[in-house]
Amino acid sequence: MADAVHIPDEAETRARWGAFAWNDENAEKAKIVLGRYPAGREQSASIPLLDLAQRQVGAETHTQGWLPVPVIEFVARQIGVPYMRVYEVATFYTMFNLAPVGRYHVQVCGTTPCMLAGSDDVLAACKNRGLVKGGTTPDGLFTLTEVECLGTCANAPMVQINDDNYEDLDYDRTVAVLEALANGEAPAPGSTTGRRASCPAGGPTTLKEMVDANHDYRGEWA
Amino acid sequence: MPKLKVDGIEVEVPQGATVLQACEAAGKEIPRFCYHERLSIAGNCRMCLVEVKPGPPKPQASCALPAADNQEVFTTTPMVKHAREGIMEFLLINHPLDCPICDQGGECDLQDQSVAYGRGQSRFQENKRAVTEKYMGPIVKTIMTRCIQCTRCIRFAEEVAGVEEIGAIYRGENMQITSYLEEAVTSELSGNVVDLCPVGALTSKPYAYEARPWELRRTLTIDVMDAVGTNIRLDSRGRQVLRCVPRINEDVNEEWASDKTRHAVDGLVRRRLDRPFVRKGGKLVEATWDEAFAAIAAVDAGSSVAAVAGDLVDCETMYAAKALLASMGSTLLEGRQTGMDYDTSSLAAVNFNTTIAGTEEADAILLVGTNLRWEAPLVNTRIRKAIKRGAKVFAVGPETDLTYKVQWLGADLSVLGDLPDAVTTAFGEAKKPMVIVGGGALKGGHGAALKLAETLNLVRDGWNGFNVVHMAASRMGGLMLGYAQKGGIADLADAKLTFFLGADEVDFSRFGGFKVYVGHHGDKGAAAADVVLPGATYAEKSGTWVNLEGRVQRGERAVFPPGDAREDWTILRALSEVVGTKLPFDSLAGLREEMYTAVPALRHEGLARFEWNAPALDATASGVMDGYPIKDFYLTNAICRASPTMQRCSAELIHGQDFAEAAE
Repeated sequence: MADAVHIPDEAETRARWGAFAWNDENAEKAKIVLGRYPAGREQSASIPLLDLAQRQVGAETHTQGWLPVPVIEFVARQIGVPYMRVYEVATFYTMFNLAPVGRYHVQVCGTTPCMLAGSDDVLAACKNRGLVKGGTTPDGLFTLTEVECLGTCANAPMVQINDDNYEDLDYDRTVAVLEALANGEAPAPGSTTGRRASCPAGGPTTLKEMVDANHDYRGEWA
Repeated sequence: MPKLKVDGIEVEVPQGATVLQACEAAGKEIPRFCYHERLSIAGNCRMCLVEVKPGPPKPQASCALPAADNQEVFTTTPMVKHAREGIMEFLLINHPLDCPICDQGGECDLQDQSVAYGRGQSRFQENKRAVTEKYMGPIVKTIMTRCIQCTRCIRFAEEVAGVEEIGAIYRGENMQITSYLEEAVTSELSGNVVDLCPVGALTSKPYAYEARPWELRRTLTIDVMDAVGTNIRLDSRGRQVLRCVPRINEDVNEEWASDKTRHAVDGLVRRRLDRPFVRKGGKLVEATWDEAFAAIAAVDAGSSVAAVAGDLVDCETMYAAKALLASMGSTLLEGRQTGMDYDTSSLAAVNFNTTIAGTEEADAILLVGTNLRWEAPLVNTRIRKAIKRGAKVFAVGPETDLTYKVQWLGADLSVLGDLPDAVTTAFGEAKKPMVIVGGGALKGGHGAALKLAETLNLVRDGWNGFNVVHMAASRMGGLMLGYAQKGGIADLADAKLTFFLGADEVDFSRFGGFKVYVGHHGDKGAAAADVVLPGATYAEKSGTWVNLEGRVQRGERAVFPPGDAREDWTILRALSEVVGTKLPFDSLAGLREEMYTAVPALRHEGLARFEWNAPALDATASGVMDGYPIKDFYLTNAICRASPTMQRCSAELIHGQDFAEAAE
């Protein structure tokens, strides 16, 4: 995040996003979000509304979306809190992009379990595909960010691309995912080796009878 | 009332007190950075760790731990010592070692506490973090690498100043304190974050690199920038006042001061009148004291003499002028320079009767024609406290941002005669109702507001909810000394000789007679005068001031006036030998003794009591207020107008002028 580009309040940003408002669909969603919190506690809606706004910006720019300052201010006005309070939230969470990103925001986890399991190869694959950390590829497709743990350690190494996780990666499978995305396909999220969720890799080594049906082990206890 | 033991000392603390407060009650010093008794508890610096039994076997942050019965607190055990050393080491990891060039040096909490509680060296071998400077406006200079993220400034901006423009962005090691988009903080109290900052991250911009605290001579005095009477300390070196900081007075300013109070002091050495001037051939030319006095004596005024007191003068000056006029046979005294002529037959009817501290207890407040944020910023913070306790606030006047939610009733004063139901219901239920009348409404609405005291039952046992907000430090003292005419300043216009005591806001074209200006700054008053006698500012004389609630306060002299300038009362005393009969006092003590005899209420420091005896005035109010009396908070008197800092504040914060930060 520290190396992420931060677009401050600039005249062009103001001009482009100053008139930001919900589209019909999101206005409906925003109403639902606000309805979840009691009156006087609208501030609680900061995060869901910022997310919604980022998605709308993404839809409008055909990218994964980001939060220009005027959009943050729009959200703050909607929930009636000072700009600073919402701005703090937007800068705190790494899921909110403070600078434009590409169509696919590739977030490679580089924390210890992923690193031990080969996240260096994943990063190398990204690098060889032309992705640069903190930058967007010239075709506007990929933005690469190295992030801290995303909580999928059992399936390390992993990347998060937009809303989906791709797990159990190595160099080739990372290239394959990226190529598929570049070709406009939608590769199946989850493990790229085909295991379900975080089942043991290579099949179960214990409790094997439990795989297909429930099995009562109690009689076998010594 | 929990009873607990701190290092074996038994203490009893009020319900809801924290362990830190219990330790203080036991006389134990607990180091802290984020904890501040006037702000909410954050508990994020961890410097106040103590050992508490019963409890988990680890040190606990005492500032956020409620004191409970039968607790045993230890503040000197090896565990506590070790914990403090550890925290100190962590805090210093990213703190630069630039104390020799830091303005906080010598009065820095981090410096003091690292000497007292630190281990002396660091084991940190990596690179230190660096943070870019943030722009926070013309008052606050930032060196954010020094910041230890105590968040006191954020909490102050949110809770006391009511301007949520300071915050912490990013997170973890990247966390940075900044104003929103690095714009100037638009608070009239922003200077207080400099005092709150326990390190040198936020320092005073006008005072940058001016002096070290141990070089300064401290003088306790009273501020004159508004009528609140903020208790201040003037720090001077040689003949110059270098800075002004607030003193703690719970009844008046707590420990805050407005930016004008703090930073107008650089106006004390600019545009000063340092010698007498006499107008010759339409032009003011330098003169000696004798020539100036001779020019005044030459005026054949007889008893047609008047005196106008400016906003900043002390009671001693006003009394000396009153005595001088009396010796010449006149009582034409007036202090309300802008032509106000409200009734002063009962001082309680023009006083802030609830008292500043009492405002906190009010549960229904009606503001009538007052922009408190500018007229009395430190009363405004008290209203914020009252709101926190549940008070409802209504306001009559043009809508403006008072930093809190107000139900506006429109700018038409006639609403006072026919208050909406919401107001009458709120005031009907209120135990401590309060009406605050400002200068904007005194002209047309004084009578109607006084009528409200009756209809809303503002004056009851042990509570007086009728209040008037004045804007001049000299006003209440002046009224006590008789500086008020029935028709206001218009009654003085025909005087053949008029003394203007630091009065700069007068419409001088209405005065046809000979004008003598006794004051300290070359402002409008001096420009219009026929004779200018150089006087002393509030920093250069010991004086008595009465604040808007009738509190008599005395200040000491910090420095001497420049050049030939003299303390005002001595000028009037010397002049009396030339133009009238010699005044019967030769010393400040002698003057004061006479003044006390004339107005006994001035003898004792503290609240002067005024009997509630409201005059019956015409209760019909009409007229639409088109604005508040103060048009520019930062330029209300001659001293601020001479101050480059205040000029800059005005240009930037009021008039929106853009000052690009020069690259450093």
